[in-house]
Order: sequence, then C-alpha cells, then structure tokens
Amino acid sequence: MRMSNEKVISVNALTKQFGSFTAVDHITFDVFKGEIFGFLGANGAGKTTAMRMLCGLSFPTSGQAMVAGFDLFKDADEIKRNIGYMSQKFSLYEDLQVKENIRFYGGIYGLTDQQIKTKMEFLLHQLKLEDKATTLVRSLPLGWKQKLSFSVAMLHEPRIVFLDEPTGGVDPITRREFWSLIYQAAAGGTTVFVTTHYMDEAEYCNRVSIMVDGRIDALGSPDELKKRFNAEDMGNVFLQLARKAVRAAD
Amino acid sequence: MKPVVVNNIAKTFKAEKSTVTALHDVSFEAEPGELFGLIGPDGAGKTTLFRILTTLMLADKGTASVDGFDVVKDFKEIRKRVGYMPGKFSLYQDLTVSENLSFFATLFNTSIEENYDLIKAIYSQIEKFKDRKAGALSGGMKQKLALSCALIHRPSVLFLDEPTTGVDAVSRKEFWELLRDLQKQNITIIVSTPYMDEAGLCDRVALIQEGRIMKIDSPTNITKQFGKPLWAFKSNDMYKLMLDLVAMPEVKSCYSFGSEHHVVFRDPGQSLDVIKRQLVHQDLSTRQIEPTIEDCFMDLMK
Repeated sequence: MRMSNEKVISVNALTKQFGSFTAVDHITFDVFKGEIFGFLGANGAGKTTAMRMLCGLSFPTSGQAMVAGFDLFKDADEIKRNIGYMSQKFSLYEDLQVKENIRFYGGIYGLTDQQIKTKMEFLLHQLKLEDKATTLVRSLPLGWKQKLSFSVAMLHEPRIVFLDEPTGGVDPITRREFWSLIYQAAAGGTTVFVTTHYMDEAEYCNRVSIMVDGRIDALGSPDELKKRFNAEDMGNVFLQLARKAVRAAD
Repeated sequence: MKPVVVNNIAKTFKAEKSTVTALHDVSFEAEPGELFGLIGPDGAGKTTLFRILTTLMLADKGTASVDGFDVVKDFKEIRKRVGYMPGKFSLYQDLTVSENLSFFATLFNTSIEENYDLIKAIYSQIEKFKDRKAGALSGGMKQKLALSCALIHRPSVLFLDEPTTGVDAVSRKEFWELLRDLQKQNITIIVSTPYMDEAGLCDRVALIQEGRIMKIDSPTNITKQFGKPLWAFKSNDMYKLMLDLVAMPEVKSCYSFGSEHHVVFRDPGQSLDVIKRQLVHQDLSTRQIEPTIEDCFMDLMK
C-alpha cells in the first residue's frame, strides 16, 4: 500500500457523553494522508456521534483530537473549512440544476469565480455530465447524484473527506464506479473516511475500524483482521464483533 | 389460487418536462407461502410496484390481483388482507409503542391478544419499551414495531418495502431469520431489497432494474444460468491488477468484488496460464468460483 506516515486525524481517548450515556467511549486511533479508512459498526455503536465530533459538529466531552492539522477543542471552525462531508440523505439541492449546485457549493467553500469555472468544466467532464449541466438534480438517477455529491464535497480540495454510507441503495455497477472515484481521490493524497453497511466494501479500505458499544474493538487492514479473527471475509469479522454488543441497537 | 398475480403492469410518472417510466410491462406470480424477493437498486420501480399491489396507486395499464382480488375493483378487500411495511417509517411518532400496536389492531377489528402468537417473537424484543414514544425508538426497534403493526391483523400477504435498508449486517441477518419464521405461519411474503446478498435468503427472486424484471427464478437457478466460467484474481496490488486485467484483450469483464477481482474471459476455454504469464504481480492467486446473485445482476444489466 502506498500510504504516507503523515497523520491527518489523530484521536486520543475521545469521549462523548449524553447525560449518563457514553455514546463514544475513549476511542484512540490515527488516520494517515491518502488513506481509505473504513469506519464500521452496528447501528447504535457510536459511529455517527464519533463522525460528527471529527467534523466539528458535536463538541466532545473529553479526550484529544487533531483533524486536518487543527485541534478539535479549539479550532472546530477551521476543521470545517478543511474537510469535505457527504451524507447519503442530504448533499445536493434537488431543485437546483447540476451547474447551480456546483456554483453554490463553490461559493460556500470560498472558491473564486475563476476557480469555480475551472472546477465546473473539470467535474462535468470527469463525471460525463456535460449534457446534463442544466438538468435539475432531482431528475438525475441516484448513482449520478451520489457521484456528483462526492465531487461537490471535494470541490475545495479538502485534506479529508467524510463519506457517510455513500453507496446505500446504489446499483452494483455504479457502486463500483463510485469506489473508483474514492481510489482516485486517495491516490491524489486526500484521506477518505467512509462508513458502509456493505461488507465487500470494507475489503476495499486500507484499514478498517469496528466500533462496538462506543469503543473501537478492532482496527487493522482487512487482511490482518481476517487473520486475527480467523474469518474468511470482513462480513464474518463484523459478525463476530458486533454480536458481542450489549447496548440496544440504535 | 396464487396469492399475488401481476400481469403487464406499467406506470409512468410525468413531471414538468420529463416523463419517467417506473414500470415497463412487469409480470410475475408468487406462490402460496412463498418468500418472494424483489432485488434491485433505488429507482428500479420496487416501491411503485408495492404501492400498486397495496391499492395505494393505480397502474396505467395491466392487471394485478392479491389473494384473488383485483387491485382496482376489490381494493377494499385487499386492504383488509394485506400487511404493508413501507420503506419510510410511517407509524405515529407521538404515540407509544403499545398505543401504535393497539391502534392498528383496533383499525382491523382485532386485538393484540388475539394475534399475539404471530408477533410474539418480534414484539417481545421491544415490549420492555412499550411506554416509549415511537419517535424516540432506535432504527432497529422502529423496524420491529412497524413489522408488528403490519402483522397484527394476521394478513395473508405481507409486503415489506426495503425493511433492511440502512440496517447493519448483524440486524439484517436477524431480520431475515424472523421472516423465515413468519413464513411457517402460511403468510406469503413479498420483500424488496437493494442488498444483493439477501437474494439467497428468498425462495424465488425477481431481479429488477429501471422498471424491468430481468429475471425471475430461485437464487440457485439464477446463479446456475450464469453460463460461463468465473474467475477470482488476487495479488498484493489490487489496483494495478485491475488496470492490467482490464487492458487485456482476452478479458471480457473484470470488476472488484470484496478482496478479489472477478473476471470473465471472452473465450470460455481461455487458458489461465497464458493470462498469468502476462501478469507481473507478487502473490498472484487465481481460482474458479461460483457466481453470486450480484455477479448475475451485473451480467444482466449490461
């Protein structure tokens, strides 16, 4: 694996409590530049809470974390400027055209008009959407929407892009096209932090962490984890770990 | 009598400028007590088909019947007999778990006690939260409550629209075990899913894409009909291996599949040695494998 040693996320004993409930319980890990990092866990294990903290959207209860070179406890706003985020549910404005969405997000991310123009041409060409530039996003097939929202999350060339279940419900061919966009981004030095319920996609990651009851119970490359758990695939590793959960599913 | 019969159903939606054909002449039948899966990605037409069969939407053309009743003429009869769990959580968020269940039981002129045996295995898992508002339940618990409510009037046909979407691998497995148990109670179950790996858990499946059914059969028969040798390749540089394989004229298709790449050659009798000699890779391994439903789905999509 061509991976750098430069840490872009460094988390130490990061914890989030809601009242007496510990949603995220002292998690510690590093993620490197250009790495594809799979963030797995059963529903309710604490993935979303952890991811919201790393994006600067939820303030941690305790611990330390550096994201994209900034301290999560002091410079959460700087972090937001230096990361990209794509969720399955909401990423693009359905009632704006493809072009208008790119224009809008370019503005939000503080790109100049010239930069937006260049990015626009590049993206439309890369995604083969040239003849759809003035189509409303609403009428694009789901797979195209997902590819477009990924590219939009990458408009400002962030150091890290967070993808929350980016391929849910997408057909198997488009799902693989989406992953080739992820590979390209990682090869270009962007760190990709991704959650998924597709266990075959866990195999595409450089390293995978698996959360159980707010803790990270396993972290390693897919090959290491399969060996450690004597499992034939990541699905089986996941089942072995997630079955140990005592917390009610969320 | 077949519990579900669909004959040449078509449905088109018109927007301002464009029209979208959600279903093109779709036909299938489900057998009594069958667990029948509609397998396809978002936008394939699964929800439209469910809405037509549960009498919530009219088809443009074609006919369909559920439990022997026509979806247009006898819609009231059908509504009494089917259970429907839509993809979107549709219970009353501001009622408690037990209030939701009583409400649905009352609507259908029955009581929780009368049909408790049918939902016991599912409802007992959420019963300790019976005084909690449905809106405050976790995703997995909402799903179990919705299934209990869809079953409380002992339907003869149960329609489940993507019950496992967004659900983790462990809960998905448990959910399918619940469905298998329900099937023993003589309920015909029509279930849709975008997860190809769930197809194997159905008795028969329809593979659906862009409003067309590409194939209907048992999962085993579908994979048998793949009809060409399928190879799995692996090396220590999977990205380069993909590029190398795709560039070979002998290779008909190559795509990633978990930790391996799946490869089909143009010539079914292709010598593997010839291929391996051209690949300069460390730890190269190859093996012939049985296709999965996902391999078949992609093959049919092309």
